[in-house]
Amino acid sequence: MLVSYAAEVGKEEGFNPPDAGDFNLPPFIEGNEFATKPILLVFLSVILISVFFILSSRKAAVVPSKLQFAGESIYGFVRNDLGREVIGHEFMRFVPYLFTLFTFILVNNIFGIVPLLQFPTMSRISFPYVLAAFTFFIFHYVGIRKQGFFKYMKEIMFLPGIPKPAYILITPLELATYFLVRPMTLSLRLFANMFAGHLLLLVFILGGEHLLQGVIGLKLVSPFSFAIGIALTFFEFMVQCLQAYIFTLLTALYIAGALAEEH
Amino acid sequence: MRSIELAAGEELNPLIPHTAEIIVGFIAFSLLYMVLRRAVVPRFEKAFAERTDAIQGGMERAERAQREAEAALNQYKSQLADARGEAQSIREEARVQGAAIIEEMRAKAQEEAARITASAQAAIEAERQQAVNSLRNEVGALATELASKIVGEALDDQVRQSRIVDRFLSDLEKSK
Repeated sequence: MLVSYAAEVGKEEGFNPPDAGDFNLPPFIEGNEFATKPILLVFLSVILISVFFILSSRKAAVVPSKLQFAGESIYGFVRNDLGREVIGHEFMRFVPYLFTLFTFILVNNIFGIVPLLQFPTMSRISFPYVLAAFTFFIFHYVGIRKQGFFKYMKEIMFLPGIPKPAYILITPLELATYFLVRPMTLSLRLFANMFAGHLLLLVFILGGEHLLQGVIGLKLVSPFSFAIGIALTFFEFMVQCLQAYIFTLLTALYIAGALAEEH
Repeated sequence: MRSIELAAGEELNPLIPHTAEIIVGFIAFSLLYMVLRRAVVPRFEKAFAERTDAIQGGMERAERAQREAEAALNQYKSQLADARGEAQSIREEARVQGAAIIEEMRAKAQEEAARITASAQAAIEAERQQAVNSLRNEVGALATELASKIVGEALDDQVRQSRIVDRFLSDLEKSK
């Protein structure tokens, strides 16, 4: 795809700045849509997370081993700081989902800076869409289940304590918030952060590489470009962790909101 | 397949999802969810519960030990108090008994003393009586003899003699 695209628009000999086309990686097997790097990375993440947590929890004891402690710290963080703190007494039902969400996004994000892999899967919009859809259906399901369909819809559409005419303005906004803005922002935030971060890294690292091939003056500038690339890699690591945290936190907040009697 | 059908512009739009990736994302995430839910969460929860239990159990054991120690201390204290009370009562009893014994001894001694005094007085009285009697007889004889010597008249008649003596004696007593 990349090759064909480059041929189509007729890339020039000089430096081609990285663009959205760089995220469309061609399949390994010609014509097989499933044999792409992002898809392999997703499966790799599932295997890595499963193996790590199964190993660390296999001999879960009162006094933890180092491996158990590592796994338990992550699990405990999601369980207590995201689940119990946000959702409240019914949190235990949602801990497996929050835990899966957090680890899945975190590992797939971090793939963006892992040497050799170096591709954040979440920069492919399909995956954030899927995750946001899960969260969307879960929090609406929880709310409808808890309060009944009509009461749930009523609470979304008619906020208490507002003068009646204001509903003309508020109700469409509330509906849009619950059914459009929330899933869209969830997925787009994650996607855009990963997309932009990867693009930035590409610019500085590919740019540094290109500078190295230039005249002597450009060669001297090249190390700075690489240095910024490396600095941005650390920055990216922070963003990747933060995005995994935010996605999970917002999911927990939406669930907590749907569970609460009054909004 | 899709990429062939799509125009280049659409292919470049990063907001358009790919069917294959959506399917894979759904399957992979569900798979991971099931694995973590089945195999990981229950084990960590079990470890957490056991840890909580161990800590709470330890605290309960410590509390129980403390309660037992307190009970033992109270028991020892009460036993000590009992022993002290007992010693006190024994001492008191001994003192009372000692006093009683002393009192008894004193009474016995006084009784004995009284008895000895009484018998001594009786003996003295008897001896005095005896002495009075013998004195009377002797005085009688002496007086008779003296009187017979004085009056020169033999008062051998027993009856008369004793009458004279008696008269003399009563005269003597009267003149006293």
